[in-house]
Amino acid sequence: MIYFDKVSKIYFDDQAALNDVSFVVEPGEFVTVVGHSGAGKSTLLKMILAEEKPTSGNVFFESTDVHALSKRAIPGLRRRIGSVFQDFRLLPNKTAYENIAFTMEAAGRSDEEIQSDVPHVLDLVGLGDKIWHFPFELSGGERQRIAIARAIVNQPDLLIADEATGNLDPVNAAEIVEIFKKINDIGTTVILTTHNKDIVDSLGKRVITLDKGKVIRDDKSGHYAL
Amino acid sequence: MKTIKRIIKAGFINFWRNKAVAIASVFVMTVTLFVVGSLILGASFLEGTLGHIKDRVDISVTFKTDVAEETILDLEKSLEQLAEVKTVEYTSPAQELESFRTRHADNALLIQSLDEVGNPFGARLSILAKDPSQYETVAKFLDNYNQNQGQGIVDQISFKKDIIDKLLSVIEASRKVGFIISVLLVVMSILVTFNTISLTIYTAREEISVMRLVGASNTYISGPFMIEGIVAGVISTFLAIIALYPMSLWVRNTTINVYGGIDMVAYYVSDFGRVFLSLLVSGIALGLISSFWATRKYLKV
Repeated sequence: MIYFDKVSKIYFDDQAALNDVSFVVEPGEFVTVVGHSGAGKSTLLKMILAEEKPTSGNVFFESTDVHALSKRAIPGLRRRIGSVFQDFRLLPNKTAYENIAFTMEAAGRSDEEIQSDVPHVLDLVGLGDKIWHFPFELSGGERQRIAIARAIVNQPDLLIADEATGNLDPVNAAEIVEIFKKINDIGTTVILTTHNKDIVDSLGKRVITLDKGKVIRDDKSGHYAL
Repeated sequence: MKTIKRIIKAGFINFWRNKAVAIASVFVMTVTLFVVGSLILGASFLEGTLGHIKDRVDISVTFKTDVAEETILDLEKSLEQLAEVKTVEYTSPAQELESFRTRHADNALLIQSLDEVGNPFGARLSILAKDPSQYETVAKFLDNYNQNQGQGIVDQISFKKDIIDKLLSVIEASRKVGFIISVLLVVMSILVTFNTISLTIYTAREEISVMRLVGASNTYISGPFMIEGIVAGVISTFLAIIALYPMSLWVRNTTINVYGGIDMVAYYVSDFGRVFLSLLVSGIALGLISSFWATRKYLKV
C-alpha cells in the first residue's frame, strides 16, 4: 500500500531529516513509527501527503509515485488519506458539523450524503451531542475526536496520525488509540507516530524505529525501545 | 453547480463570522472607493467648468460703419463653413447702439452726445471656435479675407490671444496635475486595500493549509475568500456612494460665495449612474483581485 524506496530528505543546512529510508506498509496494517523529536517521523508522514518532496528516492501510494503527481492531482490523493495531527488542525470558524462536512464537500459528495454521514461519524467518536459547537468551545480530547471523525468520514484507505495523542491526558490518549484500533479493525491501514511508550507497548503491533533519519529497527510485534 | 453554490454560501458565512476582520476591509475599501468617486466627480466638475469658460472666449470682429450688411452676412456664411468654427453671431449697428444705450442709461451726457453724433457703431460678428486652440486659424482666415476686400472692411479684431493661451496652458496643466494626483491616490488606496485584505487572509493561512491537507482543491479553498472580497466590495460601494452625497453638499455650501460656487450636488445627481457603476466595478474588482492574489500565496504546494 505504501512503499518508501531509498528516500532521503536533506535540508539546506545538510542535515538529513531522512536518510535512505525504505519500508513497505501492507494494506490493513497498523504501523507505529517511534523516535526522538527530530528523528524524521513527521517528515515521513508529510512525504506520504505530498507536503514535502524527497531529495532522492520515491514514495509510492499503491502504484502511484506520490511526488510525480501534478498539483491538480494532489487533492485527489489527500482525499484518500485521513490525517490527524497533534494540534488538531480544525477550522476555527466552522462548527464540528461544518468541519466534517467541509471534507466531504471538498470531495464532491452530495448534500444528502453529508446530512446522513456527518451525525453518524460524530456519534461514532462519541460527540453526537456537540455537533454545533465551535472548536474553541470544546476540550482538547473532544477536538481530537472531531479531527478523527473528519479523517474517517470519507472512508479513506489510509489513516495517518502525527503525534495525535501528544496534547492529551493519558485517559483521553488511550481512548483515541482505541478509536484508531477500531478504524484499523474495519480494514483501514493506520500509520501512527508517537513517542509515548505506554501506547506503543499496549498496541502490540508493528513498530518502525527511526533515529537521526535512519530506520534502526522494524519489528513485527514491537515495543518501544530507544 | 453544487460546488459554486457551496463556495458562495461559505463566502457569505465566513464574511458574517469574521465580522471584525470584514469590517476592517470594508472600511478601507470604502475610503478607497470614496477617493475614486470624488475624483470622478472632480473630473466632471473640471470638464464642465472648462467647457463653460471656453464658451465665453470668442473672437469679436467689429466692421467699419460704411460696410454693407450683405458683405458681413457673406463673411458670416463663409465663416460658418469653416470646420473650426462652432457658432457665429451677427449684431447689427442698431443693436450695438441699443445695448450701449441700456448699458449707459444713467449717463445723460453720454446719451446726449450720442444723439448728436448719430450711430457711431459698426456691425459686429462674434465667432466661437470649437476649441480654443483653433482661434489662431480663424484669426488668420479673417486677416486674409480682410486683405482681399481692397481697402478693408474690418475696423478691429479683438482676439484675446494672451488670455486664450493662458487659459489653454491652465487647462493643460490642471489636466496633467489632476491626472497625476488621481493616479497616485488611486494607486495608494489600492495598495492599502490590497494590504488589508492580504492581512485578513494571512490570519487564515493555517486554515488554508488545513483545507489543503484534507484534500480541498485550490478553487474550493480560494473561492469563498473571493466571494468575501466581492461582498466587501459591494457593501463598500454603497457606503462610498452614500458618503459622497454629504461631501457634495459640503463642497457646494462652502464654495457658494466663490465665483458662483462649485455645485457638486448637481454633478452627483447627473453622474449618479456612471459614478455608482464605476465604483461597483472597482469595488468588486478590488475585492476579487486582492483576495485572489492573497490566497494564491498560500496555495502553492
